[in-house]
Amino acid sequence: MKPVLLIDFGSTYTKVTAVDVEGEVLLGTAASYTTVETDIGEGLQNALAALEKTTGPLAFAERYACSSAAGGLRMITSGLVPELTAEAARLASLGAGAKVIGVYSYELTEEDIEDIAAAKPDILLLTGGTDGGNSACILHNAEALAKIPPLCPVVIAGNRSASAKCAKLLDGWTVRICENVMPRFGVTNIEPTQETIRAIFLERIIQAKGLSKAMELISGIMMPTPAAMLTAMKLLANGTENEPGLGDLVAVDLGGATTDVYSICDGSPTRLNTILKGLTEPRNKRTVEGDIGMRYSIHGIADAGGIPRIAQMAGIDEDRTAELIDYLGSHTDTLPDTDELRRLDGALASVAVETAVRRHAGRLEQIYTPMGEAFAQTGKDLTLVHQLIMTGGAIIHSDRVAEIAQFALQNRSDPYALMPTEASVLVDRRYILAGMGLLSEHYPDAALRIMKRELVPA
Amino acid sequence: MEKKTLVMGVIGADVHAVGNKILYYAFTEAGFNVINLGVLVSQEEFIAAAIESDADAIVVSSLYGHGELDCRGLRQKCDEAGLEGILLYVGGNIVIGKQPFPEVEKHFKEMGFDRVFGPGTPVETTIACLYEDLGVTPPPKEDETV
Repeated sequence: MKPVLLIDFGSTYTKVTAVDVEGEVLLGTAASYTTVETDIGEGLQNALAALEKTTGPLAFAERYACSSAAGGLRMITSGLVPELTAEAARLASLGAGAKVIGVYSYELTEEDIEDIAAAKPDILLLTGGTDGGNSACILHNAEALAKIPPLCPVVIAGNRSASAKCAKLLDGWTVRICENVMPRFGVTNIEPTQETIRAIFLERIIQAKGLSKAMELISGIMMPTPAAMLTAMKLLANGTENEPGLGDLVAVDLGGATTDVYSICDGSPTRLNTILKGLTEPRNKRTVEGDIGMRYSIHGIADAGGIPRIAQMAGIDEDRTAELIDYLGSHTDTLPDTDELRRLDGALASVAVETAVRRHAGRLEQIYTPMGEAFAQTGKDLTLVHQLIMTGGAIIHSDRVAEIAQFALQNRSDPYALMPTEASVLVDRRYILAGMGLLSEHYPDAALRIMKRELVPA
Repeated sequence: MEKKTLVMGVIGADVHAVGNKILYYAFTEAGFNVINLGVLVSQEEFIAAAIESDADAIVVSSLYGHGELDCRGLRQKCDEAGLEGILLYVGGNIVIGKQPFPEVEKHFKEMGFDRVFGPGTPVETTIACLYEDLGVTPPPKEDETV
């Protein structure tokens, strides 16, 4: 037996997962409150103690961790045109596991710079212009930033003709130059930027956030938690040399504050007469809905679905529904321990999943031309993706996941949303996906086989 | 000398893809850096592509007769988006029916297009205009270098 410990320092809970990489089995999971204010190691020790109660003492050969504690990896991005480089920069940052707290396009104003300084991001990403294209905007933005004292590391991933000059303008700042996020029109190239973001995360962010106290306990904090999730989803879809994957998939992580959606597929048009417009989105795509969550962002779900619909779905009258939603929004640690709350949580989760997947998926626009009907597609077509993975606190403890998951599918009322049309649903009941993303860095076969075994049909 | 950048595409609800491909190859062969947006291109897409790529000219095709409706306001939107003075070309079957071309040309020039090309214009004509308007020295023709 060779036990390996995977740790996820979350904003609320520190979650631990123990696996035996020789037997390729899950040994156990446990969680305890994150203690970032005092010593993050305390929460880890508590979680470990809880784990060893069920597994017995374990002599871990290796320990790896991911983190979204202390606010996660907070990034601000800037680009030129909102739908082009600014969007490519946003997608790159999300895929690197960042929490994107601001997206700017065109030239940054003095007020923008003040706002950025006040927001204190961990990393700033500057983009704009194709290679050989516009350089005036990114140069203006670098110059505008240079007027304030160095704030945080800056990643420059815009028009390559302007990169060196931008770096020179930002004298005194920590600057990394990357390949352009959109080297040619409509073509995204986000991996180099994501590698750089991760490198900065490892070198600087962990120390700055006081997470390094835990470092002596573990072999390394490898990545932000969402990046670990995305890594796990890529592995589960694509497989390894020795073990086949499940193929293209969509995953939904429904949390208390946000809902993350991942898709691993090309998303090319699947219908005739369909023309792809705008930015080509990445094969491994992550989106975060900051206004959709089961407790802190419960009002966002109410806005998206409307109280009457949620009330009807839950079988509760409208006034009572509104009252309960207000209560849950201010009592965020409430568990659904009555039948009424379980029905309401089921309805809220359904609307949350529907809203988040619809926003993640691409969209068709029907166009009547003199040559007949045609469609313009923006974003990814997920209609032929047949595998859905469900995770997140509100999902894994629910007994109605199959029902909730149906809301990730295309609805007759909105046939132009390119959501999956049918899917088999697997649930991450033991909450191991981020851990398996970490494990896959060194033990991809074990991580994949454990996922295939531990994810269960809804 | 650095290549001049063109943004090209077929505007509006127009799906005529063949001529678009031919023009793309011809412009590329002629030494331009060409961003081809294909068919079903909106005014906003032309402008966004021109901004990001710092384009020198926008070449609009329209083959299905609705060119006038589709092209109206493009120059004003370019001005608004900071693309003041960008070269705007339009060509194809840009109007319905057999209107006299001089009138059509006058009308589109009033709309802000720098050059207007009628049906059946050889691509060489457009390329010659691009060289002239963008101040590019035409490359020597192959048969002359022999």
